[in-house]
Amino acid sequence: MTGEALLIGLAGVLAAAGPIVFAALGETLTERAGVINLSVNGTILLSAMASFAVAVSTGSLALGFLTGMLVGALVALVVAGFSISLRQSQVAVGFVLALMCRDLSYFLGNPYMGLSGPRLPSLAIPGLQDIPILGPLLFRQDLLTYLSFVLIFVTWAWVFRTRPGLSLISVGERPAAAYVRGIRVNRLRTLYTVLGGALVGLAGPAFSLSVKAGWKGTISGLDGIGWIALAITIFGGWNPIRAAFGAYLFAFLQWLGLVLQASLPDVPSQVLQVAPFPLMILALLLVNIGNTEWIERTLAALPDSTRLLIARVLRSLRAQPPASLGVPFEQE
Amino acid sequence: MKAPRAVSGAGLRLVAVGLALLFTTIVLVISGAPPLEAYRQILVGSLGSFKKVTDVLVAWVPLVLATSGLLVTFAGGLWNIGIEGQITLGAIFATGALRAALDAGTAPAPAIAGAVVAGIVGGALWALLAGLLKVYGGVNEIFGGLGLNFVAVSLTLWLIFGPWKRPGVGSMSGTEPFPDFLSLPALEGYRLSPWGLVVAILGFAVIFFLLQGTTFGLRLKAVGKNARAAFLLGVPTTRHMLAAFLLCGGLGGAAGAIQVTAVYHRLIPSISSGYGYLGLMVAMLVNFQPLWMPLLAFFFAALNIGSIQLPIVLRLDSSLAGVLQGALVLFVLAMEGVRQRWRRTPAPGGEA
Amino acid sequence: MRVDLRDIHKSFGPVRANDGISLSIPAGTIQGVLGENGAGKSTLMKILSGYQRADRGEIWLDGRPAHIASPQDTGRYGIGMLHQDPLDVPPMRVLDNFLLGRDGGLRPQRRAARLALTELAARFGFDLDPEAYVEALTVGQRQQLELVRLLWLGARVLILDEPTTGISALQKEALFASLRRLSEEGRTIIFVSHKLEEVESLCHRVAVLRRGRLVGEAAPPYETDRLVEMMFGRAVSLGSRLEATSGAPVLELDNVVIEDRRMTVGPVSLYAARQEIIGLAGMEGSGQQLVLRACAGLIRPVHGRIRLDGAPMLGHSYHAFLRRGVGFMPAARLEEGLIPGLDLTEHFALTGESRGLLLQRQAAQRRAEEQIDSFKIKGTPSSPVEALSGGNQQRTLLALLRENLSLLLLEHPTRGLDIESVVWIWEKLKERCRQGTAIIFVSSDLDEILHYSDRIHVFFGGRVSPSLPARSTTVEELGQLIGGKGWPAPRGAEAPAARAPAGQGSPR
Repeated sequence: MTGEALLIGLAGVLAAAGPIVFAALGETLTERAGVINLSVNGTILLSAMASFAVAVSTGSLALGFLTGMLVGALVALVVAGFSISLRQSQVAVGFVLALMCRDLSYFLGNPYMGLSGPRLPSLAIPGLQDIPILGPLLFRQDLLTYLSFVLIFVTWAWVFRTRPGLSLISVGERPAAAYVRGIRVNRLRTLYTVLGGALVGLAGPAFSLSVKAGWKGTISGLDGIGWIALAITIFGGWNPIRAAFGAYLFAFLQWLGLVLQASLPDVPSQVLQVAPFPLMILALLLVNIGNTEWIERTLAALPDSTRLLIARVLRSLRAQPPASLGVPFEQE
Repeated sequence: MKAPRAVSGAGLRLVAVGLALLFTTIVLVISGAPPLEAYRQILVGSLGSFKKVTDVLVAWVPLVLATSGLLVTFAGGLWNIGIEGQITLGAIFATGALRAALDAGTAPAPAIAGAVVAGIVGGALWALLAGLLKVYGGVNEIFGGLGLNFVAVSLTLWLIFGPWKRPGVGSMSGTEPFPDFLSLPALEGYRLSPWGLVVAILGFAVIFFLLQGTTFGLRLKAVGKNARAAFLLGVPTTRHMLAAFLLCGGLGGAAGAIQVTAVYHRLIPSISSGYGYLGLMVAMLVNFQPLWMPLLAFFFAALNIGSIQLPIVLRLDSSLAGVLQGALVLFVLAMEGVRQRWRRTPAPGGEA
Repeated sequence: MRVDLRDIHKSFGPVRANDGISLSIPAGTIQGVLGENGAGKSTLMKILSGYQRADRGEIWLDGRPAHIASPQDTGRYGIGMLHQDPLDVPPMRVLDNFLLGRDGGLRPQRRAARLALTELAARFGFDLDPEAYVEALTVGQRQQLELVRLLWLGARVLILDEPTTGISALQKEALFASLRRLSEEGRTIIFVSHKLEEVESLCHRVAVLRRGRLVGEAAPPYETDRLVEMMFGRAVSLGSRLEATSGAPVLELDNVVIEDRRMTVGPVSLYAARQEIIGLAGMEGSGQQLVLRACAGLIRPVHGRIRLDGAPMLGHSYHAFLRRGVGFMPAARLEEGLIPGLDLTEHFALTGESRGLLLQRQAAQRRAEEQIDSFKIKGTPSSPVEALSGGNQQRTLLALLRENLSLLLLEHPTRGLDIESVVWIWEKLKERCRQGTAIIFVSSDLDEILHYSDRIHVFFGGRVSPSLPARSTTVEELGQLIGGKGWPAPRGAEAPAARAPAGQGSPR
């Protein structure tokens, strides 16, 4: 493969990862606040369909994107309502919504199947696009991909560098400590669930109006992306930058599968495409295994030098969830 | 605000059903379809003729098996989302067994029986993997299960396009169909196999007995409700959790095996057909109580089969079934939350 | 700031946690609050700090009534509470914990906060690194952080709840010095503790609570005996004492050391022989619960040996201990002892002898009926356990214990029961003893400890006394030991000042 083709391919990877980045960033925010929004898969499908439908009907891309965000926010609001106000299991609600929103998207999207709609045009940045290597890679993308780049850092800065970010972290880690300092825990949780949902909702139109323009129902290849985004949130250790890395890694592996297709004619294409998914479990395993009790016990039995080395490796891989994740907070 | 004592759980559940129907009707209206006509089509399409009813039963069999298994894992407090993969692995193992039987020239009856057993084993092993990941790997069973679902799909695809592909070129239509004599015999002229019904009813009965009438069932429930206290009272919690995984996987595997031997007669990419996830919803809806499950499963299966008519007659997508099913669970959950909220009347003298 | 508590009442169901408490604390006072577990100290402090609302009564601050409805209100009024487990966010840095919750703009005002933090810390001699992560700090340091944070917020009343548990002697001195300075500046300090020596050395006045009432106040010079008497009262008639005929030791602990997040317990050497009742006394959190759980195999000591009937058991699983005839009853009824959602019959089915696969529901129900009758549990076999009252849950826990145990380990066996039930329950336990079971129990009720034990071990801050014969130990001695008096200096290995005749350590 020529260097040129490689760069174009990689640029495509960055663009294809865009939706996953949005979803992972949104879910990271939600889970940082202590809420699990398991509906991501369904939300993305529903928002993809809705935004496409709106864009096709109105001809406006902007309205399409707004619709996507709105849909994401609304579904997340349902999750928040169930889990915070009605104190029902977050897992149950999220899971049901994941299935129901998916079916809703197929049902309501039926009339729009196969239609061609507006598509976000590429927007090369003059000047920057001519930088060797980085130019074609980063600066010949469309608006949404640029937004995904920017959002990674904005989200990271928000969580780790601002005062509201501190409140967010505290709400997810130890809501009692936040509460005693005057922070309104449940209100913040609802807010970040909805905000995170809006970001997840942005992933939908990022597909249907950009990366994989159009709505093709069950064969759109979108089904499953939401679950990946959830796994990437864990893999990313609830850190926006690490999560984005996970998203890019995933998209890269998918692209690699396509590329290797030519050199591995015996292996069916579908297999290579699905291959990144099992790698995800391996990643989850590596990321969690440091936490288990038997590992801690085995480590305790090892000689000091080996133990410290292994412990350091495990600690760098380790993803510690926000301590209060999934635990409802009772304001006495 | 105190709730009137008369508002019972059953009453609120009826409200939930009503709300779900309302929601689905609104969805229909938004999509520009005539709601009553759509419901009628579903009704006719599922119960309109004897043939239709047998088709519903064909869908009922794997659903009941999967849900029975899920009742076991839910009893243990586990979210076995990996059920889809367990069904798939059951199908894979069954296909493998049938292929081996075909090559060896085994008689049909033992071959098919062997395939079902192989399916049970395959599903159980896949579930055990999820269980081990959870217990010894610290991987939450939701994500472990999801990941393994994906792996199962990959495995299926690899088999269909690789070692087990049809002569010529592999295609999404699956493996080479098995000859007729290697299928579970069906009723003359219909797709329903009474053997499938037997397996499903047997599976449900076994689980019902296990959960309600054995010490294992009681211990499992104890683990599900308070694993710490169960442990302190002497229950080996890890063993029970893994056993739950094995049982559920086995039942899911049986469902997969039946899909291969009675319904599709080959391995296809989406062999699990979403029965696992649907089973999760049925289990949630019966609040994990086994008694009403077969009936509810029939209702859900009817919705699925009935809505097949929709694309043909009304040019609607058949996912409407999923919308109604999801709405039912959602509103039942909502009403449960409302009921609990009414119960939590602010009384200043709670226990410290 | 002057604090007036006027006729505070608070009940939880039938339990009167605070029964008409009135206390006046002038500004600039260090007010000690003494009392045993369950006396009502923590409820009172929760009311003052906004976590609970009193049923009746008023709080006046600086001569004006205060309306405290939530912990956030106390911030406005200038009341700050330092919890035993400080409410901080462990994964965050010290500085961020310090400024969390303050209003401000988008960017955290780190520079101003760092200045305030270092200045305040220096003023009191605290050693706090703003960049360190809170989870790496010791308990003492986390307390210091919380203290300076409350001061920065302008707290004029500071409530400290058992602040010296798990901090070093040096940190304690620093804390006391800072508290004295703060009181000189006019701030009011409320020092809740069970440690007599500290209270006597630090506080300007002491209030003693017992059973929800204010039973007395004291000013220096303090008489320890008088304080102990106010705290614990006198022994009540509790039925006849079992004459112990001790046999071979069932359990032996040999130089066992247990490490917990907050403290190190031990080295402890004790034994329990058949038909003996051993009482573990001390305020909660002094280590006795950890030792008891180690005897059950639930906690693994870092050092030492455990033997059951001579067989070494260190490192064996809890279920292995159960198989050897050990029974364990936890204190947290609904969290660890019982299974909410299951009824009494099901609980008895769970703990009964399991004969094969089938659930013997009838047999379990019969057993449930028998035990309900035998333990006078107010409930039916089909009552879900969460519907039972606390006292009846306690009886259920006792009823669920297996027969013919060699060792019975009980955490607070009669908590929440009235005096008659206590006597009744102990009749049943003594019956087990006569049949050959050894019993080790943890209790905060001194009367119970003194009356039913054959031998007592007292725990204080992770240290364990040698075995004391119950017959010849008085309430006063016990109270003093529990309050930290009469222990040898940390490096010494002498027996405490109280009489300690033969019967220490291993019986051979």
